[in-house]
Amino acid sequence: MESFLSRYRNPLVLLIVVLAQMLGLAVQVRRPASGKDNHQTRLIRYWVVSLISPFERAFLFTGHSTAHVWDGYLDLRHVRAENQHLQAELNRMRLEQALLAESARQDLRLQKLLGFQQQYISKTVAAHVIGTSGTDLSRVLYINKGSKDGIRTDMPVITPDGVVGKIRDVFPHTAQVLEINDQTSGLGIILTRTRLRGILRGTTAGQAEIVNILPDERIQPGDEVVTSGGDNIYPRGLVVGRVERIVPDPDQNPYVALVVKPAANLSELDEILVITQTQQTMPSTMQQDVDASEQKAADVLAQRLPGANLTPELGPDGKPLNVSMPPALVKPPAPLHPDRFTPGATPPADDLTPDASYQKQIFAPQTSAATAAPSISASKTARSGSASKAAPSGSASKTAPASSQPAQQPRPAQQSHSPSLSKIGPAHPAHAPAPQSNPPQEPQN
Amino acid sequence: MTMLRQRSRREMEVHRFHPLVLILVPLVAIFFQAYLPLRFPSIEILNLPALIVIYFAVSRRSPIAGTLVGLIVGIIQDAVTHLPLGINGIIDCILGYLAASIGVRIDVDNPGTRLIMNFAFILLASILHVLILRRLLGMHELWLGLHEVVRATVNALIGVVLFTLLDRFRQRE
Repeated sequence: MESFLSRYRNPLVLLIVVLAQMLGLAVQVRRPASGKDNHQTRLIRYWVVSLISPFERAFLFTGHSTAHVWDGYLDLRHVRAENQHLQAELNRMRLEQALLAESARQDLRLQKLLGFQQQYISKTVAAHVIGTSGTDLSRVLYINKGSKDGIRTDMPVITPDGVVGKIRDVFPHTAQVLEINDQTSGLGIILTRTRLRGILRGTTAGQAEIVNILPDERIQPGDEVVTSGGDNIYPRGLVVGRVERIVPDPDQNPYVALVVKPAANLSELDEILVITQTQQTMPSTMQQDVDASEQKAADVLAQRLPGANLTPELGPDGKPLNVSMPPALVKPPAPLHPDRFTPGATPPADDLTPDASYQKQIFAPQTSAATAAPSISASKTARSGSASKAAPSGSASKTAPASSQPAQQPRPAQQSHSPSLSKIGPAHPAHAPAPQSNPPQEPQN
Repeated sequence: MTMLRQRSRREMEVHRFHPLVLILVPLVAIFFQAYLPLRFPSIEILNLPALIVIYFAVSRRSPIAGTLVGLIVGIIQDAVTHLPLGINGIIDCILGYLAASIGVRIDVDNPGTRLIMNFAFILLASILHVLILRRLLGMHELWLGLHEVVRATVNALIGVVLFTLLDRFRQRE
């Protein structure tokens, strides 16, 4: 026995060490469903990360200091031209933001009506990437912020370009980020054009794929992919990437997989943002930015379009003359076929009375006027509750069908001065007719 | 005859290293393996820790020492990833054992031998990696044949340069 052990000592040692590690692997694979490491494993990782991360931080600091000196003091050529270019771009972006602000507000109102809870990013922590796993089979990154900076597991990690991944493990001064193209990661996504939902997973080759998708002709390469918010980790609407190509799924035959090109450059990340807090209302800073953007956009537009007099002219008494034309930038286009949902089409309910005889008195002499006047005003009155009973709307609509003569339809701004409407009752303040001295103007596009 | 004896004696030489070298070189290798891909993503194809294990194993010419060096370096390498600890541990143990066993038999100071040896060991490491992930962990690891051959070739070339540098740290008995 002794001779056997001495003779096969080397392979026996190898066998024991390998078997011990296999047992260790088996124990780790049976870790809880939460995906977290057990205590012993975490301890080893903690020691190793604590050993290596100071050197990574030192290298990062040295590199950034050198780059700062070079970029901030030495390499300043073309800065003025670049500054002008950026100013121009900033002005353009302000205009775009102002145009989008109204849509966003309307979206908010609709979301409130539907009881939809949107998650807004309210707080982020910026961090530098200081290391990787060193192997292409484990797509993880290490950042220079940890639990002492408020980082917790499962927090989303993004860049201005798109989603990077989520926090997998947190140490006091370091955290591990699991990238979206790792084979163990997954996030809920939605295709913005087709509104198809799916799950994005990483592959062993480092690609990101949307799996378990039935073949659909509507899906095209180039479709944008955003987070769906269904995984309770990533807020809804973050850009993930674009569909690069559609490939058959070899494991599940009828299904296809969509290979996604991540919007964030995952192979060359330097600075990232960790979303540490979200909220269900638009953050005050974002609201202020939108408001400021609208004001500044007005200035920019005034500079670009000198003819667009956005500042109201003041009368001798100091009051603006053109009260009917607020200096609003964004005006919805005039509808071709206005209906009862069109702003200003329906008078306030307080001004409507159920007395049919009274309505008849009002509408009876107006029939000819309504016929001569725009058909829309007639159809508006016809659509509004009691007015439809009082007035023979059929005559008006037959006389001038809205769909048959779109060219003759006046714009809604003119409709507010239709005698028929003015007689129904005082209009809503928002759509009040302008004083006679200031006739309404056409919206300037 | 004299030449053969000299060569035979040289082959059996056991090289020793300063303890600091034994500790710092693997750590530096793991550090560079983790840090450099940030700046040069294609460097991920390198397997510096495995090359270090091979070098120390063939220099020490002790299979047990090679196994233990492989165990420690592999576990540290695993600890930086998010995968279970032991994947690289098993691979590096086997590499260390085999490298030490081969180091007893052949001249491992020859650059040509080092090139072939590194190529074979890195290819073996890739095969073991796929086997462990698929058979032990049930992961859908694909065998990327050409990529693994390229990986082995690149590592073999880098290994020859690296081994020449590390030769400066060894102390002959």
